[in-house]
Amino acid sequence: MASYKMHLLVCGGTGCRASESAKIVEELSVEIKRVGLENDAQVLTTGCFGFCEKGPIVKVVPDNTFYTQVKPGDCKEIIEEHILKGRKVKRLLYEDPTTKEHIEDSKHMQFYQKQIRIALRNCGFIDPENIDEYIARDGYSALAKVLGEYTPQQTIDIIKKSGLRGRGGGGFPTGLKWEIASKNKADQKYVVCNADEGDPGAFMDRSILEGDPHSIIEAMAICGYSIGATKGIIYIRAEYPLAISRLKVAGRQCRAYGLLGKDIMGTGFDFELELRYGAGAFVCGEETALIRSMEGFRGEPTVKPPFPAEKGYMGKPTNVNNVETFANVPAIILKGADWFSSIGTEKSKGTKVFALAGKINNVGLIEVPMGITLREVIYEIGGGIKGGKKFKAVQTGGPSGGCLTEKHLDVPIDYDNLIAAGSMMGSGGMIVMDEDDCMVAVAKFYLEFTVEESCGKCAPCRVGNKRLHENLEKICNGRGTTEDVEYLKNLGKVIKDTALCGLGQTSPNPVLSTIEHFYDEYLAHVTERRCPAGQCKALKLYTIIADKCTGCTACVRACPVAAITGEKRQPHVIDAEKCIRCGACFDKCKFSAIHVQ
Amino acid sequence: MNKIKSIDDLRKMKKDLEFGMNIREKSNSPESLVQIRVAMATCGIASGAREVMNAMIEKIEKDKIPAVVTQGGCMGYCYAEPTVEVKVPGKDPVVFGYVSPKVAVEILEKYVLNGELIEGIIPTNYQSINQ
Ligand SMILES: Cc1cc2nc3c(=O)[nH]c(=O)nc-3n(C[C@H](O)[C@H](O)[C@H](O)COP(=O)(O)O)c2cc1C
Ligand code: SF4
Ligand code: FES
Repeated sequence: MASYKMHLLVCGGTGCRASESAKIVEELSVEIKRVGLENDAQVLTTGCFGFCEKGPIVKVVPDNTFYTQVKPGDCKEIIEEHILKGRKVKRLLYEDPTTKEHIEDSKHMQFYQKQIRIALRNCGFIDPENIDEYIARDGYSALAKVLGEYTPQQTIDIIKKSGLRGRGGGGFPTGLKWEIASKNKADQKYVVCNADEGDPGAFMDRSILEGDPHSIIEAMAICGYSIGATKGIIYIRAEYPLAISRLKVAGRQCRAYGLLGKDIMGTGFDFELELRYGAGAFVCGEETALIRSMEGFRGEPTVKPPFPAEKGYMGKPTNVNNVETFANVPAIILKGADWFSSIGTEKSKGTKVFALAGKINNVGLIEVPMGITLREVIYEIGGGIKGGKKFKAVQTGGPSGGCLTEKHLDVPIDYDNLIAAGSMMGSGGMIVMDEDDCMVAVAKFYLEFTVEESCGKCAPCRVGNKRLHENLEKICNGRGTTEDVEYLKNLGKVIKDTALCGLGQTSPNPVLSTIEHFYDEYLAHVTERRCPAGQCKALKLYTIIADKCTGCTACVRACPVAAITGEKRQPHVIDAEKCIRCGACFDKCKFSAIHVQ
Repeated sequence: MNKIKSIDDLRKMKKDLEFGMNIREKSNSPESLVQIRVAMATCGIASGAREVMNAMIEKIEKDKIPAVVTQGGCMGYCYAEPTVEVKVPGKDPVVFGYVSPKVAVEILEKYVLNGELIEGIIPTNYQSINQ
């Protein structure tokens, strides 16, 4: 084997591939050959570094140089300057949003400093299509350990003791779930990996599957051994073609090595794996709907109990876990329950992956210890609010969660604290909002999503959410009353209490929490017909500043509803009743005489 | 591909494969390793810096010395090239000048492993690896 002195890790995640990272791999390899260093430097494709917004990413090790927004045309310079002459290409280095300094070493990037990578341990580190790199990093050693040293019950006990809880949203203790499935006797049991990931804006599961597919296969096999299942199924949305292809490659490699199939590593344990594709309905991420969908029926939830652990896929005991939950398992087996439970808070152990998005400087995928505060996430890892604006709120838990505000900035993030604050962990979406975001509009956005995604099986969700949405629309359009706000509150509570599945039970959360934390903003909409953030178009008030108006009549001609009148060369006026808030006058005026608000 | 027929097979395989990941593993925790930086600008390369770097890496791999070698740009001691900066954890960095492959190995054996100073140290106050 050649003894390389440098590795150039090129991100091959969905984000970076969309901006030609495959071409960068090619170009780098060509350039390295050209300068004759093909035995010194090796180019590799890895999974996502979490810094997709500034992709494509190229990281050079061992000096930890982190190049962002690399273009194929930059490759020549990288090789000639950095690899050949040891001079980093400054203009491609990450620039700190506050100090504006170019950071030479990714260890010094605030984005990475507070992160602890367990679930993402191999993402951006190994080539996900090369099983040998996974094995070199202790891959399949955890499976070997449980097969060789532990009984199924001992394995379950380790997971229980670690305190691992489900990362798919609910936070149910994973070890306990496995134990229930293991105690149910049946001729066949199933391990299912939930890779449906329907929360808008979330992409942690996709990144794990793309960047480290073997960790999921290994964990599913460990789960299979623990509960007595020989079959595993990954339910993945068909919109994740790259993750699917990486899983297929990984599966083939495992079969060739005998890590899937009969008598794995000569221990007598059999395990097979299959992929099932979902059509991308949000409700199919709910475990009972997911099982129905796998069985070939409509993806509608069923009443629990019976829980999947008793009667799941094909009526057999089935253990459903989320991708990220599984990704933690091999690490726990190898490093021990005590190690894992030393990270996090009293009731939430380990780390959580979040997809940080919205009005924030460093958008990306992060893995942080439970118990970190929102302030640390937003201002340190996230580099603060974009454009120096003021922080307003952050939505966690996607359409099932709620918003947290300024006063929650120092609350340690864990399952229980988020629920106490009126939100939830959810799958890990984290959308940051600034002063320009209207909270009524935010609630309306999420309701639009749930109305669209409701399966329609039960009335509270099917009809109730629609009513909530109509009401929010009315308020945003300036036709709402204070009674409407009360109505939202009451109806929201009824839906929560009566809906059949988790979708309906949580869908009013964005409305209820914005009413709770931003009641004034709702009031401004319904009593003053004013949108404080200036976002609700219908509530914008267009007026003409008489001092600035020259009476050129350009606006009169632009207005499609003839709402503007006045004498030539005299200041004009806008009839607010007729005005449809299209903004045409604003765009036309050369004298900045149109005032909006 | 050969099947992995036993748990021992997997262990053996991991041992053989580990080597390829070495530089990446090391980059994960450079602060706990001896950090060695070879000046690789034009002046350095012309006076044999690449051979020095290769010699050091070979020695480190052979003797499993907990050190990581990176290349740096010109450090401004062109008269003394090839130059090598060595930072042992907990100590101030030291720069060696006129390093040949032979001296490079000596630096590792004497200075890095035994803490003995050898000739050729350039007394300086310059920008170091961690600043
Ligand atoms: C509407 C709805 C959507 C869900 N979507 C997902 C999803 O996309 N991925 C997921 O892992 N869990 C999802 N869940 C949670 C699953 O029902 C289930 O609790 C989870 O897969 C269990 O795995 P865990 O214990 O490892 O979290 C969803 C639940 C609801 C109610
Ligand atoms: S709550 Fe909504 S998604 Fe769930 S079963 Fe009822 S209608 Fe379907
Ligand atoms: S896809 Fe490249 S950093 Fe995420």
